[in-house]
Amino acid sequence: MNSPRPGQRGEFAPTSTSGHHGPQGEVETAPPNSSGGLDLFTLGEPIADTKAPDGPIETRWQRRRFDAKLVNPANRRKLTVIVVGTGLAGGSAAATLGEQGYRVRSYCYQDSPRRAHSIAAQGGINAAKNYRNDGDSIQRLFYDTVKGGDFRSRESNVRRLAEVSVEIIDQAVAQGVPFAREYGGLLDTRSFGGAQVQRTFYARGQTGQQLLLGAYQALERQIGQGRVEMHSRHEMLELIVVDGRARGIVVRDLVTGEIGCDFADAVVLASGGYGNVFYLSTNAKGCNVTATWRAHRKGALFANPCYTQIHPTCIPVSGDHQSKLTLMSESLRNDGRVWVPKAAGDDRPPRQIPEDERDYFLERMYPSFGNLVPRDIASRAAKNVCDSGRGVGQTGLGVYLDFADAIDRLGRSTIADRYGNLFEMYQRITGEDPYEVPMRIYPAVHYTMGGLWVDYDLQATIPGLFVIGEANFSDHGANRLGASALMQGLADGYFVLPSTIADYLAAGPFEALTDEHPEVVAARDDVTDRLSRLLACQGDRTVDSFHRELGQIMWDHCGMERTDAGLRKALAEIRALRDQFWQRVKVPGDGEGLNQALEKAGRVADFFELAELMCVDALHRTESAGGHFRAESQTPEGEAQRDDDHFSYVAAWEFTGADQPPVLHREDLHFEYVHPTQRSYK
Amino acid sequence: MHWTTNERSPSVWRVTALSTRSPIRSSIGLKIVMAVTGILLVLFLLAHMLGNLKIFVGPASFDHYAHWLRTIGSPVLPDTWYLWIQRAVLGIALVAHIWSATVLARRARAARPVRYAHRPKVQGSYAARTMRWGGVIIALFVVYHLLDLTTGDLNPVGDPRRPYANVAADFAPERWYVTLLYTVAIVTLGFHLRHGLFSAFRSLGQQTPRGEARARALALGFSVALCAGYLLVPFAVIAGLVR
Amino acid sequence: MNLTLRIWRQTGPDDPGRMVSYQVPDVSPDMSFLEMLDVLNDRLTLDGEAPVAFDHDCREGICGACGMVINGVAHGPERATTACQLHMRHFRDGQTIDIEPWRAKAFPVIKDLVVDRSAFDRIVAAGGYITAPTGAAPEAHAQLVRKSDADAAFESAACIGCGACVAACPNGSAMLFTAAKVSHLSLLPQGQPERSTRVVGMIDAHDAEGFGGCTNIGECTAVCPKGIPLTSIGRLNRDYLKATRDRDGAPAT
Repeated sequence: MNSPRPGQRGEFAPTSTSGHHGPQGEVETAPPNSSGGLDLFTLGEPIADTKAPDGPIETRWQRRRFDAKLVNPANRRKLTVIVVGTGLAGGSAAATLGEQGYRVRSYCYQDSPRRAHSIAAQGGINAAKNYRNDGDSIQRLFYDTVKGGDFRSRESNVRRLAEVSVEIIDQAVAQGVPFAREYGGLLDTRSFGGAQVQRTFYARGQTGQQLLLGAYQALERQIGQGRVEMHSRHEMLELIVVDGRARGIVVRDLVTGEIGCDFADAVVLASGGYGNVFYLSTNAKGCNVTATWRAHRKGALFANPCYTQIHPTCIPVSGDHQSKLTLMSESLRNDGRVWVPKAAGDDRPPRQIPEDERDYFLERMYPSFGNLVPRDIASRAAKNVCDSGRGVGQTGLGVYLDFADAIDRLGRSTIADRYGNLFEMYQRITGEDPYEVPMRIYPAVHYTMGGLWVDYDLQATIPGLFVIGEANFSDHGANRLGASALMQGLADGYFVLPSTIADYLAAGPFEALTDEHPEVVAARDDVTDRLSRLLACQGDRTVDSFHRELGQIMWDHCGMERTDAGLRKALAEIRALRDQFWQRVKVPGDGEGLNQALEKAGRVADFFELAELMCVDALHRTESAGGHFRAESQTPEGEAQRDDDHFSYVAAWEFTGADQPPVLHREDLHFEYVHPTQRSYK
Repeated sequence: MHWTTNERSPSVWRVTALSTRSPIRSSIGLKIVMAVTGILLVLFLLAHMLGNLKIFVGPASFDHYAHWLRTIGSPVLPDTWYLWIQRAVLGIALVAHIWSATVLARRARAARPVRYAHRPKVQGSYAARTMRWGGVIIALFVVYHLLDLTTGDLNPVGDPRRPYANVAADFAPERWYVTLLYTVAIVTLGFHLRHGLFSAFRSLGQQTPRGEARARALALGFSVALCAGYLLVPFAVIAGLVR
Repeated sequence: MNLTLRIWRQTGPDDPGRMVSYQVPDVSPDMSFLEMLDVLNDRLTLDGEAPVAFDHDCREGICGACGMVINGVAHGPERATTACQLHMRHFRDGQTIDIEPWRAKAFPVIKDLVVDRSAFDRIVAAGGYITAPTGAAPEAHAQLVRKSDADAAFESAACIGCGACVAACPNGSAMLFTAAKVSHLSLLPQGQPERSTRVVGMIDAHDAEGFGGCTNIGECTAVCPKGIPLTSIGRLNRDYLKATRDRDGAPAT
């Protein structure tokens, strides 16, 4: 094992040994101006991904798999792996590791592994099958993903993702995932944002559900066979690190309130993204950052926290009571046309606005991609037209997504076939019929590209800690393309992690641990102390009221558009609010038994710390890239303006203590195969 | 606290190879028993109804029919043997039907130990929700009916060689309560069959929406026809068409 | 609008539990049912009372976590709608609403409206899958699937495992849930090799969990948020009938 020990600066492999340098040369060491928040963090040693092989990109994954150590089947039984989270990544990883013969223990906070939030993914999953013969290839999916990520992702990782995508479809079909089919019995595909080929496989508007059920069923098979032990309604609250290795977790049994420790030879975090830091997002109510944040506090670097994806097609907010936002699949943009009235303040009903008084702004601004521009671009365009007073609906925060043309062209039944369930969902929530009245949509936080820093093996900077799916940062750069999240989650869980984790486990099994080990006792005490502190406050505000306020700060200043002044203001407000939280929060009941307020309180406490880091990251990155739009860095047309000379790197942050400035470790990005250009979808 | 891995054997292998439980005792097996025995009983009901209608041909014909029933199978079988075989088969079917229903009802009761405070309103069909009480009512009626028109113990005439007279006396206008009881029982039977027949098809694997519509229509039509056929006789007696 | 809620309160498995009344003023018709409960819970918290525990997660009707019997109907009065997608515009000002947990022996109450539905997971673990270890899959187009089969399989696969079918069934049966999974897999060519073992295993697990038997009443499908059809139970029955004949794994003739 040559991974660096956690939490110690200066031991990361220096960049110069990484071997591959991009065509644009070395990255300069200082950000372009002093407003990059240098007062808020310190600059540490660069970091490099030492696991990715050099040489031709086409064979890197193949060579890495060949070079990785193996564990013989008889020894796998002696090795234990903990998997936290049962979504597409965690569920598929636990099932696959179980099939391979490892002893797996799987944890989720939901009452069943089938409820992980991957279930809510609607649109589809990309794969470079080229069944349409429309010019798709692994190379093109690789290219589209790197470009879609605004050249802030690793070429090696993305190339591997594109290669594995093909196997995922085979795997899912074999499991009985009922993908949409054509009359001839072949798989149907559709197009999705950011691509000009039809490579997205789908199961009506419930692709995530169907893929997750496939993984869940595979997992249940392993559970039934005794190879995976499932612990639902258990929440990971701390990572146990012994002798520099991740060796276990502290969990709370959400039903009994019991705090327990579980030990293993490796820990896999598949705990999803942190979009709920904004309170209102398309994430499930329970989605949280606690697992990854606790690992970060124990020394795992957190990369690119400011890259958040705002999804353009969500149902607008209806009032203060709103508890979450509902996504309308991006696939709707295949047939729906986005428009607002040309005149500001035009409040006629949409059907009474004549064609020539409508502004189909995406088609006007981006003629070649039209309504199918990537999410970040569509979102910002919608925000801009609303800011100019042309937004629709009661709040003025909405644009129309109109299916009248598509219904004329294809007929109502075809549209119902493609989007029926989405239309019903829209009607249930808003009380309006989208067959008759155009939908109203507005952007909402949807996905977080940032996450724990991992190398090519998906191992974090703590040896033995692996991070997969949305919880890691690796494949999407600064912006994720539609239908790529399912692809990445399953690629990590089914194919990548089960190959790479053996290289680490080959050195195991490691020394057995007991509850009395000092590191274990310390981790456990941390957890019980924290819970007691939350219960002891007995203040006068609910957890949700703090969460809502934190979310508003983040949305206003660290949302679709970010500025130096706004982020500084946000930082001050977050700190003040966090202090208030620890004094005034009221958590009813006790730690015994089911206490949903206590669960929430712990998660919100971690969101506070994460929010600060997000703002610091957003502040230091004075360029605009993908989901991170700095108002100071835009082209004359108002598009995101990257600054490759100074920011072509991954920002990996090291935790140094509460209220201590974090340390920035930069991993330079090199582009040998996809030359960075100004992203253009015009 | 530390969890250990459970070393159970694979579950499907266990249930398919080691399970000693008879599939007939599974909740689907019991349904199949109900369906098969129910269909046997329905076939009997159909034959019984058609026989009843002979009453409109006249006393001689009806009495002859009743006598003929005792001689079916002759000369291969001795007199009344067929009748007893049929009675045995029906009896076994009835016992199996009631036994399965009882086991299923007990399981259903055990499956919901705490009742809802707000009783759910019925969204499916009433016929389906009244199967168990309906079954009990029908069972009680069958006992009465046997004592009345088979053994004759409760019949004003009670002569086993003159079934026509038994029937005519039974439903005489002054014994209106017998007709009422009979009517209630037959209507209950109609409800029971309406759901029972459909349910039998479903339990035996009817699985398409079109088939479901047909099965429901058939069950309804058959139940109505059967009720009408059975009720024709007492009302004809009351109306004086049969005397 | 103003509402009176009567909610089942039960502090734990050993508490007998009771209905408790609460007044909730100023409910907006645009709120979802769960958002209305959030408002109540915020108030209870600040008043020093225990908030009402209920399961929920995605709040967009797909995860299957939420579920409560509202005025005697699982998931409330709107057809094909989960509790989280039910909006208050479907209730009247001044109405009294009874809220109870799913009631079934196999779904023991954990607290208030939260029940333990792990029995469903165990039914799936007893055969509700296709054995396709990672890496062993053939090319996706190697086997064609009729569109009608794929569509029908999808309809059954849309089950979210919320448990409303059990809650509504007068027999406390989970047959619709089981049938949905059996239908999904037995309609696809990939599901054929395990068709018999799957249905026998799942029905054995179903019965062992303490669910009642199906008597084809149809309350389940009436409350199912995904509209899983009752016909799928017919398919389950047929598969079971066939499976019990070749139970010993005799080869096909």
